Amino acid sequence: MLGLSRKDTGFLIAVICLTLATPIFLQPFPETSSLAQFNAGYPDLMQRFAIYGIFVMGFNILFGLTGYLSFGHAAFLGVGSYSVVWMYKLLDYNVLPGLVLAVIMSGIFALFIGFVSLRRSGIYFSILTLAFAQMSYNLAYSVFTPLTNGETGLQVYLNDPQVLMSEGAPTSPHLFGLVMNESAKVAVGDWIFTFNVGYYFTAIIAILVFYLSLRIFRSPFGMILRAIKTNRNRLNYAGINTKPYMLTAFVISGMYAGLAGGLLAAMDPLTGAQRMQWTASGEVVLMAILGGAGTMMGPILGAGFIKYFENIFSKINESVLHQWFGWMPDGVQDFVIGVVSPFVGEGWHLTLGLLFMVVVIFLPGGIVQGALLVVGMFRRRNGHDGPKKQESASSAAQPAE
Amino acid sequence: MSTTEKNIVLHVDDVHKTFGGLHALADIDLQIEEGKTHAIIGPNGAGKSTLLNVVVGRLSPTRGAVVFNGEVLTGKAPHQINQLGIARVFQTPEIFPDLSVLQNVMAPAFAKRDGSFKLNFLSSLERQTDIRDEAEHILHDVGLYERRNTHAGALSRGDKRRMELAMCLIQHPRLLLLDEPTAGMSRHDTNTTIALLQKIKERGMTKIIIEHDMHVVFSLADRISVLAGGRIIAEGEPEEVRSNPKVQEAYLGGAHL
Repeated sequence: MLGLSRKDTGFLIAVICLTLATPIFLQPFPETSSLAQFNAGYPDLMQRFAIYGIFVMGFNILFGLTGYLSFGHAAFLGVGSYSVVWMYKLLDYNVLPGLVLAVIMSGIFALFIGFVSLRRSGIYFSILTLAFAQMSYNLAYSVFTPLTNGETGLQVYLNDPQVLMSEGAPTSPHLFGLVMNESAKVAVGDWIFTFNVGYYFTAIIAILVFYLSLRIFRSPFGMILRAIKTNRNRLNYAGINTKPYMLTAFVISGMYAGLAGGLLAAMDPLTGAQRMQWTASGEVVLMAILGGAGTMMGPILGAGFIKYFENIFSKINESVLHQWFGWMPDGVQDFVIGVVSPFVGEGWHLTLGLLFMVVVIFLPGGIVQGALLVVGMFRRRNGHDGPKKQESASSAAQPAE
Repeated sequence: MSTTEKNIVLHVDDVHKTFGGLHALADIDLQIEEGKTHAIIGPNGAGKSTLLNVVVGRLSPTRGAVVFNGEVLTGKAPHQINQLGIARVFQTPEIFPDLSVLQNVMAPAFAKRDGSFKLNFLSSLERQTDIRDEAEHILHDVGLYERRNTHAGALSRGDKRRMELAMCLIQHPRLLLLDEPTAGMSRHDTNTTIALLQKIKERGMTKIIIEHDMHVVFSLADRISVLAGGRIIAEGEPEEVRSNPKVQEAYLGGAHL
């Protein structure tokens, strides 16, 4: 179906169902329980899951398939955001023109940056992309102030033209009247589920681009990109000009990033240069590697994982820790809190760094590899009763993935 | 030599290659006749691999030119040279270890069918049945059909070489360059490879073969050029070359062969 094999169609349907049901299953704890703070089913966070999912999906087309590590993808994220806010300023709060412009502009940027950076490979390619992204960041801060509003950040002002703005039109981002920050709250017993327009808008776009990226992974193009990863030279001697393949992969992944940046501004109508900073580029690298670069689901899980724990860990402060460890004797309690507190709240990046080291050293394939290991152990434990199960285990390990 | 009425596929015309002060190749003139297997032999460091690298565009000659079917190859990129119909098997197997054996063989077939670049990111790999069938057929020929779904990186060295041969054969090249195609193979595998190469010869594929194994050379070659110190010191039919005293001195006598 849809140009996919039966297995992939099933995969796609599973992803669609999970994405659409996210507001429900990310809300596992009732409002009244003390665990409610671990719920993630609120619009702002779910939107970020979908948006960073798109960002990392595009990054994965470049890094996961070809192995070329770009350290400058945040530049495209920023270009996307600026494009959308500019369309708000010039036309009106409809997100569609901005998103189209975001994808086109980031594509043009990626074409230029990719053309120059892809003259080198390996570490030099990474450094070139990093240099371009930092240049874009600094330009956005200084020279391009008329376009980017510099340090203040770009936002919509009352005296902006907004030529398409009509009487009574929404004054926040919307899609033909569907206002992004509107939500329906449904209470079921003690549980409260929030169904947010913005989340579903980003989720549907995420599903569409997930489908596109699945098609790319399963195409001859995707196979050639994977071949570039291991032996680019051999492909040249086999008659394939690898340069345009690399450039296409770079531009596609830049457009994904631009779309993600555009969606960030579609949820919240302002942006600033810090969106282009190298930390944002580094974050997407972490997401991809933590989840498992080169697999379809891994990087998306990595994005969800980082965004979720960033949110949860930042919420934990000393008073929460005192609540948790209140049952301990006083001296021990202070000691435990003293040890734990640098890793939570503002110190969340410390935890992330440790976690990243553990993953890279022990699970170079990321979360996906970890999950496959667990599944494999489980199968082996139950797998002595027949050869059939072993067969399915070996088919899961096929290189086609 | 009356080569004028014969169909010459590849002319190597007065090629020189120097690396710094080292003359790796000097005064190389070669004519490769269509449908023939031309062996290049010589002691280690004679410049055999350098010569192949000049032909496929990995190195550009310091002087002279290589002409293939009337097209000057000098200055062309490797993928352009391949698109003209020259395929190469490398000395150490050059493969895509992360892909399956079948995909390894399919990749060059895309280059043959679609040219050096095609924006085909929306077509499905599974539906490329023409290329898949052909790849399976050729894997059958080289005896790797049963292993088509394994990771290429997991193959033995001999199997990798046969797979690389399949990667070249699927392109139906007009000229096939083989850099020690049986190095690292068992005697049995060597004989299978010889049989396979003889089968291709019957189909009329032109080949240049670099080989140390005299058994392979004398079972396959129609013509032999002997390279020593970057120069061609003898050329002719296998029997002529075998009995040439210069060759015996430079190569056969000097080494233990």
